[in-house]
Amino acid sequence: MDTSENILQQASPDLVRGSDTARAAKAARWSPSFISWLQAGPMMLVFLAFFLIPLVFVVIVSFWDYNEYQLLPAFSGRGYTDTFEGCIAQLPDLCTIGRTYVMTLKLCFMVWAITLFIGFWVAYFLAFHVKSKTWQMGLSLLCTIPFWTSNVIRMIAWIPLLGRNGLVNSGLIKTGLINHPIEWLLFSEFSVVLALVHLFTFFMVVPIFNSMIRIDKSLIEAAYDAGATGFQTLVNVIIPLAKPGIVIGSIFVITIVMGDFITIGVMGGQQIAAAGKIIETRVNALQFPAAAANAVILLIITFLIITMMSRIVDIKKEL
Amino acid sequence: MTEGRPRSFYVLAIFFAAYVLFLYGPMIAIYVLSFQGPQGGLTFPMNGVSTFWIAKLFKGTGIVDLGAAFRRSLLLGIIVMIVTVVLSVAAGMAFRRKFKAQSILFYSAIASLIVPSIITSLGISLEFRIIDDLIKAHWNENFETSMGLLTSGLGAHLTWTLPFGLLIMFAIFNRFDPRLEEAARDLGATPWQTFRHVVLPIILPSVIGIGLFGFTLSWDELARSSQAIGAVNTLPLDLQGLTTTVTNPDIYALGTVISAVSFTVIALALGTIAMLNKRQAAKGSDAGQGLV
Repeated sequence: MDTSENILQQASPDLVRGSDTARAAKAARWSPSFISWLQAGPMMLVFLAFFLIPLVFVVIVSFWDYNEYQLLPAFSGRGYTDTFEGCIAQLPDLCTIGRTYVMTLKLCFMVWAITLFIGFWVAYFLAFHVKSKTWQMGLSLLCTIPFWTSNVIRMIAWIPLLGRNGLVNSGLIKTGLINHPIEWLLFSEFSVVLALVHLFTFFMVVPIFNSMIRIDKSLIEAAYDAGATGFQTLVNVIIPLAKPGIVIGSIFVITIVMGDFITIGVMGGQQIAAAGKIIETRVNALQFPAAAANAVILLIITFLIITMMSRIVDIKKEL
Repeated sequence: MTEGRPRSFYVLAIFFAAYVLFLYGPMIAIYVLSFQGPQGGLTFPMNGVSTFWIAKLFKGTGIVDLGAAFRRSLLLGIIVMIVTVVLSVAAGMAFRRKFKAQSILFYSAIASLIVPSIITSLGISLEFRIIDDLIKAHWNENFETSMGLLTSGLGAHLTWTLPFGLLIMFAIFNRFDPRLEEAARDLGATPWQTFRHVVLPIILPSVIGIGLFGFTLSWDELARSSQAIGAVNTLPLDLQGLTTTVTNPDIYALGTVISAVSFTVIALALGTIAMLNKRQAAKGSDAGQGLV
């Protein structure tokens, strides 16, 4: 079978593909690499115009000067020096930017840990416990549908539950557990983490599920037959094989939280400083070089985290 | 492995159910609350049931010029959807052969997906500001701005939707049997005929999936639009603006209307996909069933 296929494959490019010679000539004129360019070119152009060139501009503008109302295209390190203002003078106390990044990393770590835990077990349930393909599809869809709806709405949705007079507080007061409403439920670090987990666990579930579904079930059978306990199978077979998914999911969640300013803004009552929010604040103040300098810093830190994580796994091979 | 369900099944089933409740519970709460009575506030208990707030929204007596934002978001969503489908399918086809710059395109797409949205958005806004300055300096002093819904806004949305489209195409062609195309070619089909009559019908359900991602991701997009949309707002931006100021169920009504559009599109897309799959199962050829 193999050989006949090979012969066919070798032969088919030479077959005349149409009856008229004009078409054959046209097919010959359009080389495969030209067709590839035609197919992939438009997408490449979009990324060039709206992603790669803008990134270059961010880096360039971060070294420009500025005054109260406009950009001054002359080399200046002011964007950076303004950002790190007082960082050395205030030692050993952290300066604003330092404290902001500590806060961002803290949020990042909490959200990462929680989404990883939830995402892993949700994916595990879907991949190993749901046996019928139809149910697997249906339940996966159930997890995906919220992803197709608005993030802001999913944030606002917590207000009637967590607010001062919300369901949680009134429920707790009614049962007599507390006398006064709990204030830290909404517009706090707690609500930010809750909302981020709520919004982005999906990014953990999908890649982990994707890795788990590819695990050969006979490997798990073999582990059981060899006398491994459920826990040993989990640690020695399933987790190592699901690692690519875990790493990809982690990259998604960490980069999203690192750059987030909307969830942190809305759910933090605009009171919590984070890396993404600094950029927004600077833009609103029309200090574009300072905004760009902060973007470059954020980009470098995000890039370092991704590089560290992709050391563990080859992303391209897993997709 | 063994007969019957292990205990871990029940533990995880409860965990899964709790997760689903966590996902949907709050959303359902605001859909219910948008039907508050006219005197109702932002939280439970319901103060009567009415369509007062939703009607108020449609009358336009509420907070923002919703109709215009609604039309803008819809227009942008549809254009983003079409462009995403066409460019993703084309690029997906290209990736089936080796070509130069393949890995540049791949890494651009991945980077576009994971570089924080605020950076992409800021970059696009800087790019357009600089273009504006150049136009003003060299060609037309009275030029206003090249930033807008269908220039910088469209570009910003595409940097978010195209990576998803491309990754879905990878998933499709991982499962695609190239022998079907070989067969078509051997029967004398041109490359275009092969694509139109063999490849496209087979991948069509997933292509509709790409469209679904394209529209819904654009319809709800916020972070990338924030700096790059120009002078006018999209619906999610208006909604976000309201979060800090509004103290009555207006905002829930708006949320419910936006979600209703999302759910309509999701239902339409999933329905079409199910129908296509059914038709494929019923009318599909017996290719791959034997006789190799």
